[in-house]
Amino acid sequence: MTTSVAPASTPPSAPTTGRTRTARDNRRRPSSVRRRSTPLTIVMLAALAYFLLPLFWLLVATTKSTQDLINTFGLWFSRTPQLLTNIRQTLTHDDGIFLHWLLNTVLYAVGSALGAALLAAAAGYGFAKFRFRGNNAAFNLVLGAIMVPTTALAIPTYLLFAKVELVNTPWAIVLPSLVSPFGLYLMRIYAQDAVPDSLLEAARMDGAGELRIFFRIALRLLAPGLVTVVLFTLVATWNNYFLPLIMLNDPSLYPITVGLSSWASQAQNGGAGASSDMLALVVTGSLLSIIPLVIAFLLLQRYWQSGLATGGVKQ
Amino acid sequence: MTNQVLRGGRRRSGGAAGPLFVAPFMVLFVLLFLAPLGYAAYISLFQEKLIGGTAFVGLDNYVTAVKDPLLREGVLRVATFFVIQVPVMLVLALLFALALDSGLLRLARVIRLGIFVPYAVPSVVATLMWGYLYGPDFGPFAQLSEKLDLPVWHFLSDGWMLGSLANIVTWEFVGYNMIILYAALRTIPEDLYEAAALDGAGAWRIAWSVKLPALRPALLLTLLFSVIGSFQLFNEPKLLQSIAPDVIDSSYTANLYAYTLAFTGQQVNYAAAVSFLLGLVIVIVSYAVLLTANRRRTS
Repeated sequence: MTTSVAPASTPPSAPTTGRTRTARDNRRRPSSVRRRSTPLTIVMLAALAYFLLPLFWLLVATTKSTQDLINTFGLWFSRTPQLLTNIRQTLTHDDGIFLHWLLNTVLYAVGSALGAALLAAAAGYGFAKFRFRGNNAAFNLVLGAIMVPTTALAIPTYLLFAKVELVNTPWAIVLPSLVSPFGLYLMRIYAQDAVPDSLLEAARMDGAGELRIFFRIALRLLAPGLVTVVLFTLVATWNNYFLPLIMLNDPSLYPITVGLSSWASQAQNGGAGASSDMLALVVTGSLLSIIPLVIAFLLLQRYWQSGLATGGVKQ
Repeated sequence: MTNQVLRGGRRRSGGAAGPLFVAPFMVLFVLLFLAPLGYAAYISLFQEKLIGGTAFVGLDNYVTAVKDPLLREGVLRVATFFVIQVPVMLVLALLFALALDSGLLRLARVIRLGIFVPYAVPSVVATLMWGYLYGPDFGPFAQLSEKLDLPVWHFLSDGWMLGSLANIVTWEFVGYNMIILYAALRTIPEDLYEAAALDGAGAWRIAWSVKLPALRPALLLTLLFSVIGSFQLFNEPKLLQSIAPDVIDSSYTANLYAYTLAFTGQQVNYAAAVSFLLGLVIVIVSYAVLLTANRRRTS
């Protein structure tokens, strides 16, 4: 899992933290090679074992039939592994509904993430680099919204969407995910430092229009922050359960989370009989659903780590 | 929190371009954030009557909600959850971040990513996995206990359910909070450590007197997110409900209660009022946390 990770801890390109960190890494490296603590490493490895235990269980469980899941020891492989059978059954069950859910999840998550990031970047740039009437008031209004819990908002959104007949459509999932107050907050801080005013001035002197400056110059400088917002909106939408649960009735519109939980309750209620194979499907589906995000996080780690640093340090 | 943000940076006045960039976000913000809240506030003032349809009842729904024992129980339960789970989670995240930052670890990179990985796992999958692990019949913990002739631990019993839920949430979010704190630690200038070391401070002393104060903003951020997360607890209890229906009823948490009201009870107006009250509780607790933190800083 960790071998696919980009090499060495290249300092992130976040302008707010990059400078101090580069200086510190250079000074720090020789001293950190000198002494390592074995007891501390052992304690942390024990902690790591706790965090990886359920995932290990999932990996083992994916190779088992429903019978073996119940009858053999949970944390080790059984004598009759059937990983490929499980994967095939998961993908073909109910005319391949699982693939359908996977596709829905990708569409909802990617659509929301790209939309939310672009909206937040434009607005963050606008708030950071322009002075206009109501600038501060509007920004503070959005900032206050960070405190409003998303699920407390979900039921009101459902009620309104039911009124305008948007429930049970993909829009019911994508639209609410487009507005990310925290994303705006992050992009505003980021734009303040990452886009130098002198550069904007120079571009204006050359006669470039504001939109052109934004798309050609600013957006490129904002890229690391943008990736952070994309990634975290992606995760939020990918993992979202409450919103699709209340918005969607049609199983062919479900994302993976709602689909898996519907399978899980079938497995629970079915017991023996026709749906007795459901348990293996739930387990295999769970594993398949987390692989894309884990890979995305590992590949993009230097971006989201620098982005989180910006959000956590500057307040 | 906001003042410092707004002070920084010189801004250009570039004609009408500023509002243009801000407009798309703000329009959607009004439509998808303020409008639902406004609509919910509006319908929370009405009630479905058996005779005569919907009638305006003023704040009646709110009065009912404040007196509602089911809602009170749910809020009390998530408050208990918050008081117990959040300190455990944040202290663990802090200790892990300090350990990673100390430079004393071997395999630091593997450990950091491994602890963070659960964040990428949907809470649905996390709850399903832990649900099976907890299982009293064929969960591995129960299997081990039976093999060793030890009493089987009932994770899903009435007494342990809140603890078992807290374990799931902790598992999911320690890594996320750890990364925020770790990232903040990495930005502390090395000069501070050198100065402290010259003054004769040891590793623990440096952690306590240099690193912790520097972590304040990041800790506050993680704390605020935890307030919001705890009080709207829904996914984990909702999913464990199917394997422990006797323990988790439909008003186990405040949010679960609001959901039940809106979607099984069809009491839409009352559900809107309950959602509103819950949001209000969260905002109040959030501001209480902010105020406490700021008072400590000035004193």
